[in-house]
Amino acid sequence: MRNIIKNKSVVADDWTVLRLAEEQAPDAVAVPAGKVVVPLAVWQAQRAALEGRAELGVWIASSERPEELKEDLARFALIAVDFPKFADGRGYSIAYNLRARLGYTGELRAIGDVLRDQLFYMQRVGFDAFAVREDKNIHDALKGLTDFSEVYQTSWDQKSPLFRRVQRTGVSV
Amino acid sequence: MYRYDQYDHQIVKERVAQYADQVRRRLADELTEDEFRPLRLQNGLYYQRHAYMLRIAVPYGLLSSKQVRMFAHIAREHDRGYGHFTTRQNIQFNWIKVEETPEILGKLASVEMHAIQTSGNCVRNITSDQFAGVARDELVDPRPWCEILRQWSTFHPEFAYLPRKFKIAINGAEEDRAAIAVHDIGLSIVKNAQGEIGFRVLVGGGMGRTPILGSEIRAFLPWQHMMSYIEAILRVYNQYGRRDNMYKARIKILVKAVGVEEFARQVEEEWQDLKDGPSTLTEEELARMAAYFTAPAYETLPAADTAVDQLKADNKAFANWVKRNVKPHKVPGYAAVVLSLKKTGVPPGDVTDAQLDFAADLADRYSFGELRVTHEQNLVLADVKQSDLIALWEEIKKQGLATPNIGLLTDMICCPGGDFCALANAKSIPIAADIAERFDNLDFQHDIGEIELNISGCINSCGHHHVGHIGILGVDKDGSEWYQVSIGGAQGNQSAIGKIIGPSFSAHQMPEVIDRLLQVYLRERIENERFLDTVRRIGVAPFKDFVYATPITIEHPAGEDAYA
Repeated sequence: MRNIIKNKSVVADDWTVLRLAEEQAPDAVAVPAGKVVVPLAVWQAQRAALEGRAELGVWIASSERPEELKEDLARFALIAVDFPKFADGRGYSIAYNLRARLGYTGELRAIGDVLRDQLFYMQRVGFDAFAVREDKNIHDALKGLTDFSEVYQTSWDQKSPLFRRVQRTGVSV
Repeated sequence: MYRYDQYDHQIVKERVAQYADQVRRRLADELTEDEFRPLRLQNGLYYQRHAYMLRIAVPYGLLSSKQVRMFAHIAREHDRGYGHFTTRQNIQFNWIKVEETPEILGKLASVEMHAIQTSGNCVRNITSDQFAGVARDELVDPRPWCEILRQWSTFHPEFAYLPRKFKIAINGAEEDRAAIAVHDIGLSIVKNAQGEIGFRVLVGGGMGRTPILGSEIRAFLPWQHMMSYIEAILRVYNQYGRRDNMYKARIKILVKAVGVEEFARQVEEEWQDLKDGPSTLTEEELARMAAYFTAPAYETLPAADTAVDQLKADNKAFANWVKRNVKPHKVPGYAAVVLSLKKTGVPPGDVTDAQLDFAADLADRYSFGELRVTHEQNLVLADVKQSDLIALWEEIKKQGLATPNIGLLTDMICCPGGDFCALANAKSIPIAADIAERFDNLDFQHDIGEIELNISGCINSCGHHHVGHIGILGVDKDGSEWYQVSIGGAQGNQSAIGKIIGPSFSAHQMPEVIDRLLQVYLRERIENERFLDTVRRIGVAPFKDFVYATPITIEHPAGEDAYA
């Protein structure tokens, strides 16, 4: 069990993320029992065996396309997006597309190099769960969700830009 | 100019608090340097050769006198008494202590400024025409559009960790003074046959080690769609731009790899989902922004000033200054004045705290309290009465800001180079200094006429050498500094990438190389032809032949040789 941030709180979490070692093949790796988040490639390779599982999650690498899951979104208890390095920003567009294009409404979790100073942006594009890197203080990281109280532009969390939402003063004479 | 409302103030204030806490955590070792680096870079803080450098955003180059006085204060209190204007219309300070940066950002916030996204792999400061709003050839004032994009791009959650930095420039005049062809996105404001406003969209321009001019992906984008269309471009880039090699990570490489037609198709496809969505700009919002950039209270004045005309006839120095540094204005009786930051002996773009205070005073007294920064690293007083030109000239001469060299040989664009920058292969400022000294004679410079000499200390091309009529690039060969020379580059409507003339030179040879290039020009030019026109007409070969015809011997040690 580890702690994650979910719906803006620190909660205990019992999911296991399956990561393939270099020599492991997606079709051959043994998926342990219980609540497991499998790599997209494992889901695709072992679909028949995994389909019956009640509690299954899948994770998408930053180099993979969320459209691959288009027909299957409802099957998963959670979808995770991996940040191999926090500076790899592809996961933001993956999350946005999962939400906005593919209509995914379940738990969307950021995994990998997930750090406090990126959480504000991550929640904006649609993440609602954050497996903060385990060497970091997760209670400290929680503060990252509230760095800003207002935003200019639209994203998943805010469908209306500031200029449509509020009466901005404009030129004062 | 634009003024912050409560929302802008709130967002910038929260940024200062966020950043101050990041610095605190770094100093407490809660953040590693690797974790802190991208955070400080997105706040404009670089580690240089000797100290931290802080780059402050000057949105589309526009400044109030109050802001300029704050720069003077920062130069005095937190730096060594000077600052440096950059080729992206920003200012940077080279001797900053990281511990003081939160305090500096707090001070900047008090004058509606920040350092947000002045570095890092995100959307950078939007740049534009330094004569926006006053140029005679302007179709549409680009500043409201720049401000709309500034706000849209500030803390855009999806595009803060792009494959590489992302630069956008907007031009609204017939002549492109914003170098839009060498930006990741270059927007030209145009009108269609119905008189409606829209944008011609160029994408994938850039300099660096793969200089490419931007390609048109849309001839006319109706103005309402500016934000959603740029969002589409950035989403395609964020997903497909290369991340395995930082030198191949700019959008230009992606556009080249997939082809411009395919890239345009992907953007259009992406855009179909966004088009007419909530990001669509409204008439009300455009009007609100435009209201910040209305004309100041101009007086009704005669088109010309007789005293100015008289002094031009009587005083050659004044005439030269008017010819080079005073630019036409759309309102009769007014002019835009360029304050040259290219005095021989001073690194291009550098200003002292005293000069900053002085420039702020000039802005208050002569130009409605505003100043602009040019990407050629000079300052502009955009709204000067012609009847004030003589008094202004007398004042700025004393402060070293009246060198009549705008557009001439010594009005060089030059990056900070190896004296400051950790990326540089070679020094650039001493090369600029040697060339300026060699050709200090103003009569000679005026005879040579318009020429753009640009110097970069490395292939990152901050000194825009690729688009210099003469471009100089510092290169490293076996651990020593060498300089590669290209000619025929150009910015603006006829943008071109310069061609390298041949093997590189050592620092001390550079003034002679420039001299030889100019000799060929003087020999070959036909009436009223600029250096660039001659290069275009006769090609690189005659220049190359003459420059390399005989060995270039050392006249006096310069650059590295001076320390050998």
